[in-house]
Amino acid sequence: MVPSVTTEPSKSPLQRAVSFHSPVKIAVDDLSVRYGDTLALDRVSLDIPERCVTALIGPSGCGKSTFLRCLNRMNDNIRNVTISGRVCVDGEDLYGDEIDPVAVRRRIGMVFQKSNPFPKSIFENVAYGPRVHGLRDLVELREIVERSLQQAALWDEVCDRLHSSALELSGGQQQRLCIARALAVQPEVLLMDEPASALDPLATAKIEELIQELKADYTIVIVTHNMQQAARVSDYTAYFYMGRLVEFGQTELLFTNPQKPETEDYITGRFG
Amino acid sequence: MPLHTDRAFESQLTQLRTAVLEMGGLVEDQIAQAMRALAERDDALSRAVIERDHVVNRFDVEIDDLSLKLLALHQPAARDLRLITTALKITTDLERIGDLASNIAERAAELAAEPPLRPLVDLPRLAELASGMVHGSLDAFVREDVALALEVCASDDTIDALHAQLVRSLLSAMTEDANTIGRTMRLLFVSKYLERVADHATNIAEMVIFMVKGRSIRHLDTVPRQL
Repeated sequence: MVPSVTTEPSKSPLQRAVSFHSPVKIAVDDLSVRYGDTLALDRVSLDIPERCVTALIGPSGCGKSTFLRCLNRMNDNIRNVTISGRVCVDGEDLYGDEIDPVAVRRRIGMVFQKSNPFPKSIFENVAYGPRVHGLRDLVELREIVERSLQQAALWDEVCDRLHSSALELSGGQQQRLCIARALAVQPEVLLMDEPASALDPLATAKIEELIQELKADYTIVIVTHNMQQAARVSDYTAYFYMGRLVEFGQTELLFTNPQKPETEDYITGRFG
Repeated sequence: MPLHTDRAFESQLTQLRTAVLEMGGLVEDQIAQAMRALAERDDALSRAVIERDHVVNRFDVEIDDLSLKLLALHQPAARDLRLITTALKITTDLERIGDLASNIAERAAELAAEPPLRPLVDLPRLAELASGMVHGSLDAFVREDVALALEVCASDDTIDALHAQLVRSLLSAMTEDANTIGRTMRLLFVSKYLERVADHATNIAEMVIFMVKGRSIRHLDTVPRQL
């Protein structure tokens, strides 16, 4: 199923270069999540297109982070959680019996709101994932570290101090280091939970630019409270409210002419 | 429609709508006064209309300023964004209508200085229709009425036909009496000005449809009957 769009696709020459019929990378079908008696996600079905940026927006408690965390089984360890429905990546159900959650998280990396580098050197932070997965060859590790830092647009700033502590980096640099660390294990999907909310405007702009570059190789799903950020960086936007998916469509249509009054009220600030 | 959480934004949007309507009311009156000056050969009234054009221009500048401020400070989306961009475009059309009203007043002043010509044939009717379109397009704007906006767009054909008819009868008047050419030419200009007023009213109505529906019907060969 191609993502449902808010109106018919425009054929205008000014249309952004979004591959409208991108193949589906993650197919979410009838996903519900309960924390104890609380219904956090209510039968959400959504197809996430490959090598595009999909933004999840909505007020606090709407279920967008819960949804994001279901995409790499980060909710598994929460007490009293009940998950039903299907999340298929390339057709394979992530919640299938024989699936190893650790292998899932290698394919689907995650970057959090607060940058959380390990108290180790810059090099060791990036090399950590590949090492855990059994890579010992130092030459290969060096290549991975350089490539990942370059992809995360951090290499030029740290190439002469790879063995300094990661904690000496600025907030924005630490967040890009976390992105490099996620990229080091060569995931297919990158989940970002408010990746720029703790950064200043310049560092935010760098992260946003990076997201645009990364989508050539990765499928990106980003949760953000900053609607302008969703509008700037994403190709598709999903609006969640009270655990339900209200509307999903091409970002430029959703922000100029949403189809649901609830979406319109939220993005125009007529809320609560 | 619920109100904005941000009250200041809500009241500034109301201010924007009101300013567009005031500007619209003013240009409608400018056309009416210019046509009266023409019919009554009232030189003082012509001057007053020309004089008052700067008020129209001031509205244009102020509405632009307010729109830019709203865009920069509130990063509006969806219907708010469409309202503000529509206001920006509508005021350009209203400002041009204001200029055309002044142009009519200029021709009226010139004609008042010369011996009177025969009656103004269908010009007052053309003015009434064109002015009615401006009024209708602004009504559609304030009521967000797509059906009315479509009606305005459709009535442009009537104006074009009436203008063509006026051109024919004024041309034959010129052929009959070469002494009236200079004066009749001025009436021909007035007819053209009014035809342009109707075109601007059509632009406004098309923008109203965009504002309400988020769909552009500009530059289509035929006006859709409904959306």
